[in-house]
Amino acid sequence: MIEVKDIHKSFDNQKVLKGVSATFHKGETSMIIGSSGSGKTVFLKCLLGLFSPEKGDICYDDRHYSKMTLSEKRDLRKEMGMVFQGGALFDSETIEDNIKFPLKMFTNQSQEEMRDRVNFVLNRVRLENVNNKFPAELSGGMQKRVAIARAIVMNPKYLFCDEPNSGLDPQTAIVIDNLIQEITDEYQMITVINSHDMNSVMEIGEKIIFLKEGIKEWEGSYKTIFQTDNQAVIDFVYSSNLYKKVREVYNKS
Amino acid sequence: MKYLHNIGLYFLMLVQVFKRPQKRSVFRESLFKEIDELGLKSIGIVAFISFFVGGVVAIQTALNVDSPWIPKYLIGFATKRSIILEFAPTFMSIILAGKVGSYITSSIGTMRVTEQIDALEVMGVNALNYLVLPKVVATVFFYPFIVLLAMSLGIFGGWISGFLTGLFSSDNYIEGIQLDFKPYLIRYAITKTMVFAFMIATIPSFYGYYVKGGSLEVGKASTLSVVWTSIVIILLNYFLTQILLG
Repeated sequence: MIEVKDIHKSFDNQKVLKGVSATFHKGETSMIIGSSGSGKTVFLKCLLGLFSPEKGDICYDDRHYSKMTLSEKRDLRKEMGMVFQGGALFDSETIEDNIKFPLKMFTNQSQEEMRDRVNFVLNRVRLENVNNKFPAELSGGMQKRVAIARAIVMNPKYLFCDEPNSGLDPQTAIVIDNLIQEITDEYQMITVINSHDMNSVMEIGEKIIFLKEGIKEWEGSYKTIFQTDNQAVIDFVYSSNLYKKVREVYNKS
Repeated sequence: MKYLHNIGLYFLMLVQVFKRPQKRSVFRESLFKEIDELGLKSIGIVAFISFFVGGVVAIQTALNVDSPWIPKYLIGFATKRSIILEFAPTFMSIILAGKVGSYITSSIGTMRVTEQIDALEVMGVNALNYLVLPKVVATVFFYPFIVLLAMSLGIFGGWISGFLTGLFSSDNYIEGIQLDFKPYLIRYAITKTMVFAFMIATIPSFYGYYVKGGSLEVGKASTLSVVWTSIVIILLNYFLTQILLG
């Protein structure tokens, strides 16, 4: 379980997170939503340990982040997988080398074992014959799948995704969403996704946290988001005509 | 204040860089890659410049030594000294600061703005150690060889220029380069080169690692890193000369 307790973070005297608390559970896909500048990315980077909160704490299975030494923090990160918005693949290395990198760095596996593991995770994200290609030779959706493969190659306990669907067509976006949910169930990971793609929210948001101006404004799930009377959530989620109609139909039924 | 902050940040960066590599085999692999990228791929330009500048130094010296009272072998002697003391270690280091420094800043800076460094950090990798230490080791231990090559080719270029222009004889030139040979001067040049190589690897890495923004900022950081590396090399050259030869 990840427990976030009242975290605060500011940059140049501008408060970005103003006391956010949340809990994330094993095998659950959680979505962080909110408009641009609401603090979603900063929140995710705090969870990843890339930013240190000024106040508050984050506990990863009862391990307090604020009390960890630098090397303990690095060890904790080995239990994390991250899918960045742009993929963040090493562009001068092949797909195989990209995925192999954490294995080379942190395990003593032989070349053969590493190659088997790479092929296994590539197969898991439904990619074939891409081992010797470079990231630039793949489409956006394929790059995202490679990023997922790299994130799960070490069997992480925690998976974080920053806008995994940005720049993807709706069909590919659904494939990526379903893949993340399948993997979360299969490996019983704690998955936290930053998104403002409402299709994803409705598809896989087992837990949804809505941030507004650095404060947790609302928490629920894709099942309860239709019934919410929180005006800020309604304005954000049902901003498009399509979703307004969907909500009307849902509420009538 | 900003300069002080950056100097402090630079030393904090060095603390992270000089941690023990997390995996020796990965470090070794990176080191060979960097020797190839920063060292072997610079040999061509170093050889080309050294050869021709050596020739120019010899011609200039010959044209300025036109008194019958000054023996001709001094042309070889002056060319050798200029090349060993200044041209090979300092001038070559400034050229390498331009070529290699901009490459280091832009490659690390691009990794920064495309979140590849964040990806390394999230994996639990000490990104500074992983990215910068192999560059430091590769430059500090490989550049002395490059400078030795520059010395040899510079002196050879001087000899060829005499042969082609007829300004001095081959015998005089060879006599001059053999005259008063002091091995300490080679050690002095190598010491300077190692210090400059350290700067060539670390200052551009600093600018690349801490760049913020996009591709435009990476370009600006590359320019700044080359400028500052050159300034630091020139300043250190003065102090090292004072300390080692003064």
